[in-house]
Amino acid sequence: MGLKTPLHAKHLKASARIVDFGGWDMPLHYGSQIEEHHSVRRRAGVFDVSHMTIVDVVEGDRSLDFLRLLLANDVAKLREPGKALYSCMLNPAGGVIDDLIVYYTSPSTYRLVVNAATRDKDLAWIRKSAEPFGVTVSERSDLAMIAVQGPEARELAAGVFDSRFTDRALALKPFTALQADDLFIARTGYTGEDGFEIVLPASSAEACWQAVLDAGAAACGLGARDTLRLEAGMSLYGSDMDETTSPLESGLGWTVALDPPERNFIGRDAVVQMQSKPDRQRFTGLLLQGRGVLRNHQRVVVEGRHDGEITSGGFSPTLQRSIALARLPAGDYDRCLVDVRGKLLDARIVKPPFVRKGSICVDL
Amino acid sequence: MSELPGDLRFTGEHEWLRKEEDGSVTIGITDHAQSALGDLVFVELPETGQELEAGGEMAVVESVKAASDVYAPVSGTVLEVNSALADDPEKINADPYGEGWIVRMQPSDDDMGDTMDPDAYQELLDDLES
Repeated sequence: MGLKTPLHAKHLKASARIVDFGGWDMPLHYGSQIEEHHSVRRRAGVFDVSHMTIVDVVEGDRSLDFLRLLLANDVAKLREPGKALYSCMLNPAGGVIDDLIVYYTSPSTYRLVVNAATRDKDLAWIRKSAEPFGVTVSERSDLAMIAVQGPEARELAAGVFDSRFTDRALALKPFTALQADDLFIARTGYTGEDGFEIVLPASSAEACWQAVLDAGAAACGLGARDTLRLEAGMSLYGSDMDETTSPLESGLGWTVALDPPERNFIGRDAVVQMQSKPDRQRFTGLLLQGRGVLRNHQRVVVEGRHDGEITSGGFSPTLQRSIALARLPAGDYDRCLVDVRGKLLDARIVKPPFVRKGSICVDL
Repeated sequence: MSELPGDLRFTGEHEWLRKEEDGSVTIGITDHAQSALGDLVFVELPETGQELEAGGEMAVVESVKAASDVYAPVSGTVLEVNSALADDPEKINADPYGEGWIVRMQPSDDDMGDTMDPDAYQELLDDLES
């Protein structure tokens, strides 16, 4: 008996298979997660992501200073309201507390969207870190969130918005957002397809969800969300990184802004130290050559080196093969073996993403 | 699909068996099992002619969620396997009692072993729900 989003009744009515996710009762799928996956790559799918935690950091001219300390990426890069970036939040030892998207919403105001499962720990950390800065940290549990993703998603969703905002919504560049009355519309997503993530009052969620479905989007659950993000090479907190792993060993080095060197941020020193470690582990993609499915935590055998581990494994509906993300020993090799249920299977090391914007990015 | 076909017997491991006219037995997994597994992506089948022991591994079904062993409900010899499952494992999801059949075998004796009738299996499912 977990927490329920404002769309729970809709999911039940649609015969969703409900599972626990981070304390929330969420739809795993509505019949076939593979069909839902294909809908997103081919047309448009809609996801209830209201379980995510939305935190507004408001007031005081110190919100910029605060977030520049809190986050490993540099919010000073967000030069004008509407812009967003993806960042990790590190602990002093350089481990990842969470990954998140931060939107610069208006002068002195930022919106953070953090994970559901890490909500309590994140809020406590953010509040404690904010104390010296005199900013207000406000959790927005009054808001719901719907993601519409796929090649037809933006057109389809724009048709649902008030006509005053259609053009501006369609003109949004990637990683930018606009406030359209009650709707906060962002051109962001977690599928490797184009689309919007829409933050809206909980009371408006059912109507918006239904309108998007009526416009032709397929309802998609967490199962498809996971296969889509894995194909897109996108990290999942708790699988690909956690408090014991450095972003540099989790494929997230690109999200850490060490420039300008004068910007201190929590975990900076640890990251700099990790940078110069000669045996720092590789984080990479794996493509299973034959039949079978790679799974989380399976052992990876690398010739002449210590074992690695699969961080996220699964089946790719688009590639019709198994793929994974893995943390492996340093080195310049391109093959390995994976212990799959007692058998050592051949896997090729590939650079993610596997699929983006509907196209396969790796040699099969 | 809440109706259990009346001509089948069932096991506690959510497999079904159908005794054919020629004495062979067709085996698959139930609707409950396919639903719990989710979309199937691979099926590993035994070889025709292979000898199977009751309780021993007969097939492996692999879904997006997990791999699951399917055990032989009775001892015997494999007569035929559903090779269509190699390209279309989702037949098991779509039609678990029909096109999703997995193995047909010649049982070594007439004893249908530890199998139960549809009512008993339904009771087992009802107990699982509560």
